[in-house]
Amino acid sequence: MHTKAYALYLKDFRSEIRTRYAVNSLAMFVIVATSVILFSIGNETITQSLTAGLFWVVIFFSAMSGLSRAFVSEEERGTSLTLQLIAAPSTIFSGKLLFNIVLVFCMNIVITLLYSALFDGFAIKNLALFIAAFFFGNAGLAIASTIIAAIISKAGAKGTLYPVLSFPILLPLILTSVQLTLMSFEGASFIDAKFELAIIICYDVIMLTASYLLFDFVWKD
Amino acid sequence: MAWKIFLFLLLAFVSIAGIAFPIVPVPTKWYEFPFIPGLKENAKIIFFHVPTAWLSVVAFFMSTIYSFKYLRKKNLDDDAKSYAAAQLGIIFCILATITGAVWAKFAWGSFWSWDPRQTSIFALLLIYGAWFALRSSIESDEKRATLSSVYAIIAFLTVPFFVFIMPRIMKGLHPGSADDTNSGPVIDFKMNANMELIFFLSLIGFTILYFWMWNIGYKSIIYRDKINKKYRG
Amino acid sequence: MNNYILHVKNISKFFGRRLIFKDMTFEISNNGIIGISGDNGSGKSTLVKIIAGITSPSSGEIVHQDRGEEIIPEKLHNYIGFVSPYLVLYEEFSAYENLSFFSNIRGIKLNIERADFLLEKLLLFKRKDDLVKTYSSGMKQRLKFIFALIHNPSLIILDEPTSNLDSSGKDTIYQLVENESKSNIIIIASNEQSDLNLCQREIRLEDFKQL
Repeated sequence: MHTKAYALYLKDFRSEIRTRYAVNSLAMFVIVATSVILFSIGNETITQSLTAGLFWVVIFFSAMSGLSRAFVSEEERGTSLTLQLIAAPSTIFSGKLLFNIVLVFCMNIVITLLYSALFDGFAIKNLALFIAAFFFGNAGLAIASTIIAAIISKAGAKGTLYPVLSFPILLPLILTSVQLTLMSFEGASFIDAKFELAIIICYDVIMLTASYLLFDFVWKD
Repeated sequence: MAWKIFLFLLLAFVSIAGIAFPIVPVPTKWYEFPFIPGLKENAKIIFFHVPTAWLSVVAFFMSTIYSFKYLRKKNLDDDAKSYAAAQLGIIFCILATITGAVWAKFAWGSFWSWDPRQTSIFALLLIYGAWFALRSSIESDEKRATLSSVYAIIAFLTVPFFVFIMPRIMKGLHPGSADDTNSGPVIDFKMNANMELIFFLSLIGFTILYFWMWNIGYKSIIYRDKINKKYRG
Repeated sequence: MNNYILHVKNISKFFGRRLIFKDMTFEISNNGIIGISGDNGSGKSTLVKIIAGITSPSSGEIVHQDRGEEIIPEKLHNYIGFVSPYLVLYEEFSAYENLSFFSNIRGIKLNIERADFLLEKLLLFKRKDDLVKTYSSGMKQRLKFIFALIHNPSLIILDEPTSNLDSSGKDTIYQLVENESKSNIIIIASNEQSDLNLCQREIRLEDFKQL
């Protein structure tokens, strides 16, 4: 089961290296969004809460520009049927999820480095808390955007619908992640942040379970 | 037929009573409402605003339940029921948002202030909007029903998170919310018996109205599908 | 001789509220070739997709049995080989990469001997390291046969198997099909008389259209 999903991930990874569908649009989006924010700020210093918010704004929209590729590219090329013939739905979901998780983490490490270099307000006091928020936040982002990507790949309209469908689903995750990021800036301890951490972990677990159970319905015609 | 007349009379009574009954400092007659500090005449919104908000949530629940049923049984009638509930849900959701915003302008000084419940109803509006956008983008009936059912269930799962995290992020302004200092829990303490009675009558009346509209809604969808099928052959 | 049995029990399929076919029941066991015929748009592809477990029927049941045991849907794909015009292989990979990725995702090792034998037989061996992008449509069709046969499936479903093929390609395919049919079940959905001539039995979709 795990090796099969990993094989599917390897296939996607190799395909991504050859075609660079997702990575190019992701990278460009990160650059464009960050520079627009920098231009609009100008010489002003922005508060930490605004920095935390803008950090997740860029993450959300970058994710929306690239994560749908996992399923949409299969559907556009007509290879979904081929996948159905060689793997069980659970394998396909795990493989695609793995691919998106890797993509999200790579992308967000770049965004984090960019932010810490460019924004004064991005000063992390509690690194461990930030890493925890970063980890669970990104995992949730990858899980929810994978199942939504599966839904829109089977629907007619592809690109435009993706952020529209994802936003309400991701809103609780993003709000909590913004709170946690802000807390890590303020140097709050894990005890202070236990409520938010619990929420974000619950979100990840619930979304993962639901996505696994519901993927069969989405995937089968 | 009789219950339709009853519903008409009930809603007529609630409308008249809710708007016309006076608010006095110390109620003595049966038709007088008590004065609630911080709310004054604005308190009357409760007879109309709360039922619409309640129904937008009920409709969302029903839409999810029928989505779930559709996935289990694959019966397109369940999808029609889910769709009809959501159609009403978005209407009531918009009504609740507008009545709430107008009321907030007078009570809190601005149309919108991201109070937890305002944020939640905003999220609900977004979910409904996304759901209808998804449905309109799919041609095939089964696919539309399946994908929108899956989306409805996932969206439904996010709702508890809003309930838990919103109060942590922003202060509540609504009468009755934990942070509300000037008027406290309205329904428990501040309303007198006749105000409560009219409030619950209104809630019941609107709920019956909703089920009636829903019944007509889903039946008309099913009939339309059948007629389409007949003419297409 | 393998012990594969396919039961099709009372299946019906509607698209929306439109009937495609109704109350279809048949059974195939062990080996042989079965044809499915019908006009364009009559639901041949839908039927084979239902048999392959890709599409679900509106009602009724399909049971696949191997050596007396029922195959669970999660595992079904390993017993089935599928060829059709709407099947697409990954164009950014070479034929060989396609086959090896597919085997890995199935969780088995690529059987190199069989792959080479099939590539040789279908005249693709020299081009096996070229990207599929550069193939002609006939070559892609031949590659699909390798994709369908590489894992030794017990049930081989061929939807319009000879489209895009030249006459020598067709002969090769017919020869392969005859060979495979000695030990496996083969289902051919086609309108070509030459394809249907191979079949020992024929299912006509027109017989299942009455409401």
